Amino acid sequence: MAMALDALSFVLLTLGGIAVLIGGIGALRMPDLYTRMHAAGVTDSLGAILVIGGIMLQAGLSLATIKLAAILLFMLLTSPTSSNALASAALLAGTKPLSDESRGEEDS
Amino acid sequence: MYYAVTIATLVTMGLALTRAVLGPSVYDRVLALNMFGTKTVLLLAIIAFLSGRPDFLDLALAYALINFIGVLAVLEFFRSRVARRRARDGGDT
Repeated sequence: MAMALDALSFVLLTLGGIAVLIGGIGALRMPDLYTRMHAAGVTDSLGAILVIGGIMLQAGLSLATIKLAAILLFMLLTSPTSSNALASAALLAGTKPLSDESRGEEDS
Repeated sequence: MYYAVTIATLVTMGLALTRAVLGPSVYDRVLALNMFGTKTVLLLAIIAFLSGRPDFLDLALAYALINFIGVLAVLEFFRSRVARRRARDGGDT
């Protein structure tokens, strides 16, 4: 049983690390602010869930698990809120989303 | 196994810092800052178990709270600055 939990947490941690890395590369290489936010959202939601879930399996039933659950809950609540605030602030300031028409102008 | 996740998180923090330095607009920098903060929370949670000191989880929780409030405060500052500039340049738009 402990062996299975260890293996499961290993898989979760590895997948979480891969998700975090992919999100970081996407946030660096995407062409536009809104697509960058899309890539950064992967690390905030999927990466956080996988990594903290993997650590929770290692912690077992203890106070640390409750603290980890609080961290995860808080991150899942605040990440969409700050993303929404960022997108609305950027849109209000006049940042246009990249579309097919604007892409032709910027590439040339 | 913690080492792989730690290295992945550190590399992502480096990529976020690169985006914060490169970022064309101020909102790219805010986005990179937000990403850096959440990765710091994850890194603190991993290091708590890597070094066997669960006290670090309290730090991670406090950092998550402060990061959220800080990003919202910076966004509100830039939003009010944009609104003020627009009102000064003639409020017809």
